[in-house]
Amino acid sequence: MTLSISELEEFARKCRVEIVKMVYRAQAGHPGGSLSEIDLISALYATRMRVRPQQPKWEDRDRFILSKGHASPGMYAVLAEMGFIEHEDLHSYRVLGGKCQGHVDMKWCPGVDFSAGSLGMGLSFGLGCAIAARLDNSQRRTFVMIGDGELQEGSVWEAAMAAAHHEVGNLKVILDRNRIQNDDFCEEQMRMFDIPAKWRAFGWEVKEIDGHNMEDVMSGLDFLEATNNKPAILIAHTIKGAGVSFMENNPSFHGAAPNDEQFAQAMLELGEVIA
Amino acid sequence: MSEMAATRDGYGQALLELADNPKVVVLEADLGKSTKSLHFKNKYPARTISCGIGEQNMLLTAAGLASSGYIPFASTFAIFTERAFEQMRNGVARPDLAVHLCGSHGGTHTGTDGSSAQSIEDLAIFRTLPNVVVMHPSDYISTLELTKQLPELNKPSYMRTARNNTPVMYRGRESEIVIGKGIILRQGTDVAIIACGVLVSESMKAAELLAEKGINATVVDMHTLKPLDGDLIDSLVSQCGAIVTAEDHNVIGGLGGAVAEHLVTNKYAPLEMVGVADRFGESGQSDEMLEVMGLNSKYIEQAAQRAIARKS
Repeated sequence: MTLSISELEEFARKCRVEIVKMVYRAQAGHPGGSLSEIDLISALYATRMRVRPQQPKWEDRDRFILSKGHASPGMYAVLAEMGFIEHEDLHSYRVLGGKCQGHVDMKWCPGVDFSAGSLGMGLSFGLGCAIAARLDNSQRRTFVMIGDGELQEGSVWEAAMAAAHHEVGNLKVILDRNRIQNDDFCEEQMRMFDIPAKWRAFGWEVKEIDGHNMEDVMSGLDFLEATNNKPAILIAHTIKGAGVSFMENNPSFHGAAPNDEQFAQAMLELGEVIA
Repeated sequence: MSEMAATRDGYGQALLELADNPKVVVLEADLGKSTKSLHFKNKYPARTISCGIGEQNMLLTAAGLASSGYIPFASTFAIFTERAFEQMRNGVARPDLAVHLCGSHGGTHTGTDGSSAQSIEDLAIFRTLPNVVVMHPSDYISTLELTKQLPELNKPSYMRTARNNTPVMYRGRESEIVIGKGIILRQGTDVAIIACGVLVSESMKAAELLAEKGINATVVDMHTLKPLDGDLIDSLVSQCGAIVTAEDHNVIGGLGGAVAEHLVTNKYAPLEMVGVADRFGESGQSDEMLEVMGLNSKYIEQAAQRAIARKS
């Protein structure tokens, strides 16, 4: 799909509206990390992912692994926009029997290739997908989105070491560096010091971008696609809750729903007219 | 002297025999020499993935491969599989991905490495996971046969193997070995001993000791703990009226626990459980460990006498 920068921005805006609506309807969920990741996932799906929404299990599809699986509203919004699921399905978020389980789940939702929910797991799973593609002599790529708080899980670094050791160049990671985790700012919970240097030291190609500037995002995705022998990580500097003023940089909205008044304000800010 | 071999060697041989299937891949966590996946690695390096000393990553790399159509066999020591329990739970069992995890060196029979290496809870924890098939074979041949059946299973599995030699019992009897079906090794009507792993041969010895006293025991090799062969247990209750379980594992949650769960919700018979009495082991030779932990044929025989005495 070829979309202009302004079309991508509109794609992401519509997804932001759906994210806030999902969390508002469910009165539960994780808006902050969904809003921080959404420009990245929107651009990735709309311009890079080789997928067939009408044939979600197509064998040679690119894989997208949302390791920070609590930020599921963001992924569901994109899957609906891409046509994997209906917009109606977004009403099933956190609802019994719904495709849109609290955390993205491959058993429940078309287009989801990893059952997430526990941090530190997606990178290893993506590594397995990438090794499988190599064994198959397939050109399919595996994109994994991880969070920054998630880097505190030791298993992330097991996977980082293994991916570089095995020179799994078809593994492409996006780090949503939104600087906030469940309880507080990352800096308060567990300082991570020089994150790009850590990945370089583990043998990865590293690039940093502004994760909300769509031109920057596109150049970051170019970087991910261009690398070959080494695994690559795009460190996207983002704002938790981006696009909704009172959620931005506010640890309270890691995992909390807006009330009626806040919902109305969010819709106003996102340019959405509600009947 | 009967033929002796280690069940871990049966696992290693099975991987070689499965290699004709190009979808079979092997994952190691720096213990391939010990779990015996090294033979596969030596012959098929391109299909062997070294995960270094990183069990959590190994389990989920295997899950990713399984989601992409491969049949991954991952192994490490039984005790270290436990480190990746949540990966097995959330990344393998929950999405029902057919990853086959083998934990070698299980139980106190592992011996002189001491209590840190003697997994006595692996069967219990993996048995609690939905979708996961749990096995603990007793000899080289049954380990070989059960492992070879795993690609057809299309379910995640956990198999415990043992480090040290046990008698080879099933040579020429390969066709009797089927996942989920207990094997009657000896028929008697006074008591039924249901055993797994290294205590199957000890149970056969116990049956000999009982026979000298005029007591006829049935001995069953319950190599699959989950799904448990409940029909067989029901028939043992009818025929014998008293049950003993024997395992080199904590009495909580393993084979004894599984059989107890079945008995109290089905046809009931008194049950005596031979197993590790909810305590940790120590360094010692295999035979010394079975003695000090109260697991060898003598203790199984005593348990059988107690079970018979409790018949109403």
